[in-house]
Amino acid sequence: MTAMVELRDVHKSFGPLHVLRGVSLSVRQGEVAVILGPSGSGKSTLLRTINHLEKVESGTVEIEGELLGYRRSGDRLHELHEREILRQRTKIGFVFQNFNLFPHLTVRQNVAEAPLSAQRRPRAEVDALVTRLLDRVGLAEKAGAYPRTLSGGQQQRVAIARALALEPKVLLFDEPTSALDPELVGEVLEVMKDLARSGTTMLVVTHEIGFAREVADTVVFMDAGLILEQGPPSQVLDGPRHERTRAFIGKVL
Amino acid sequence: MTLSGTQAAPAARRDEISLRVVPTRHPLRWAASALALLLFAMAANSLFTNPAWEWEVVGEYLFAPSVLRSVVLTLELTALGIVLGFALGTVLALMRLSPNRLLSSVAWGYVWLFRSVPLILQLLFWYNLALLYPRLSFGVPFGPAFFDVGTMDLIGPLTAAALGLALHQAAYAAEIVRGGLLSVDPGQREAAAALGIPRVRRLFRIILPQAMRTIVPNAGNEIIGLVKGTSVVYIMALPELFYQVQVIYMRNGRVMALLLVAAVWYLALTTALSAAQFYVERHYGRGRS
Repeated sequence: MTAMVELRDVHKSFGPLHVLRGVSLSVRQGEVAVILGPSGSGKSTLLRTINHLEKVESGTVEIEGELLGYRRSGDRLHELHEREILRQRTKIGFVFQNFNLFPHLTVRQNVAEAPLSAQRRPRAEVDALVTRLLDRVGLAEKAGAYPRTLSGGQQQRVAIARALALEPKVLLFDEPTSALDPELVGEVLEVMKDLARSGTTMLVVTHEIGFAREVADTVVFMDAGLILEQGPPSQVLDGPRHERTRAFIGKVL
Repeated sequence: MTLSGTQAAPAARRDEISLRVVPTRHPLRWAASALALLLFAMAANSLFTNPAWEWEVVGEYLFAPSVLRSVVLTLELTALGIVLGFALGTVLALMRLSPNRLLSSVAWGYVWLFRSVPLILQLLFWYNLALLYPRLSFGVPFGPAFFDVGTMDLIGPLTAAALGLALHQAAYAAEIVRGGLLSVDPGQREAAAALGIPRVRRLFRIILPQAMRTIVPNAGNEIIGLVKGTSVVYIMALPELFYQVQVIYMRNGRVMALLLVAAVWYLALTTALSAAQFYVERHYGRGRS
């Protein structure tokens, strides 16, 4: 069986800074992978290569066996046209640390935008979908509100509904609770746990060790652009093999 | 006062009397206000009592057909200059922000050139284009021409004026639009791209409406500037407002009254535009209260 997300020997540099130094990772369908690691270890960059917000310099990223951002013919990789990349991105939902909701659009318009314009689905169908999704994240009554009038936790839940609106194969979360006040973290994690339980494939970059312990199938520990170790939470969190992992977990807990 | 307040506080608490707040007095501010009011009254008085203003002449010419026609021409030139200027300016701004070095250099060069040469000189240049190119032909570059026309027939004074104003305006508009696009949080572009929203849609639905919050106040400045700026086309003998009142006062000698007619019209037009700007800003400010 092909993996849902498959990264092979991914490298990425920003100028002289070698951020990803050969990362390989495989995530099955329905698996929840939590990526931990100190800041600057390349976690966010790794996530951003998966939906081609960052181009990889070497190595490959595949979603359900489909090469991302490139077309292979023989031993050459041809960069795909933007339209193709946009189509591939609709298979991947991305939730940002700073929500990045569109402030001039209402909650309903935020969620409806991508299915309407990127997937060209009929309006009536999208309306029903949006209502269902807002209900799922517990914000049905906020459909007509503008994002600025919502709390951080509510905004992030809208952002999750917006990512779900594409009905993606994979959901990527880039530190989804780091910009939130402590008392608002719980409501966002609840929504994410609900998604995890319903069998959504998720890759989550976070510092919430409790979330990792409770929800993750796999915990991935990154340091200095490499995956240092990975395995079930009980193994990585409770009996880390590497000194770096042990030090990091000791600090966050 | 603060001192007596703090001293009175314990006493007040004992007697259960609520404390009254006495605002600070500003005698200097009052004096300055009185002076301003006096000067305003003097100015207003002279405006109505000095017969040299000739208000009856102003009233006579304010709605004269020739003046009304010139106001319409002023509005037409402004509209052409702004619409064409901002259309071209938006294209230039997008070119300037393009990752393609050639496109961004061309846009930079355009802004540099058209912002550097005085408008009045540019207008005369377009007006006299026929001296440079007596005939213009359209066809395959470096190849055969399909048809050609005399430059004088194609570019009359009105076209030259509209062209000159629009091309000059485009240079400023380009910078205003570019500033607006840059003011939008890069996370917005990224979120739109991550959602797979097509490029053109991303620009018109997500980025530009947010950029408008920065663009509109600056564009308002430019439009109001252009309403008055159209007066420079008088050098091409186009009967816009300023040229028209000059023609009239040269004939009848009522200089101040006719300058006042023009001033009243410019004031009315810019007031209407300022009001419109208020509503446009409110529209693009939605969701940001």
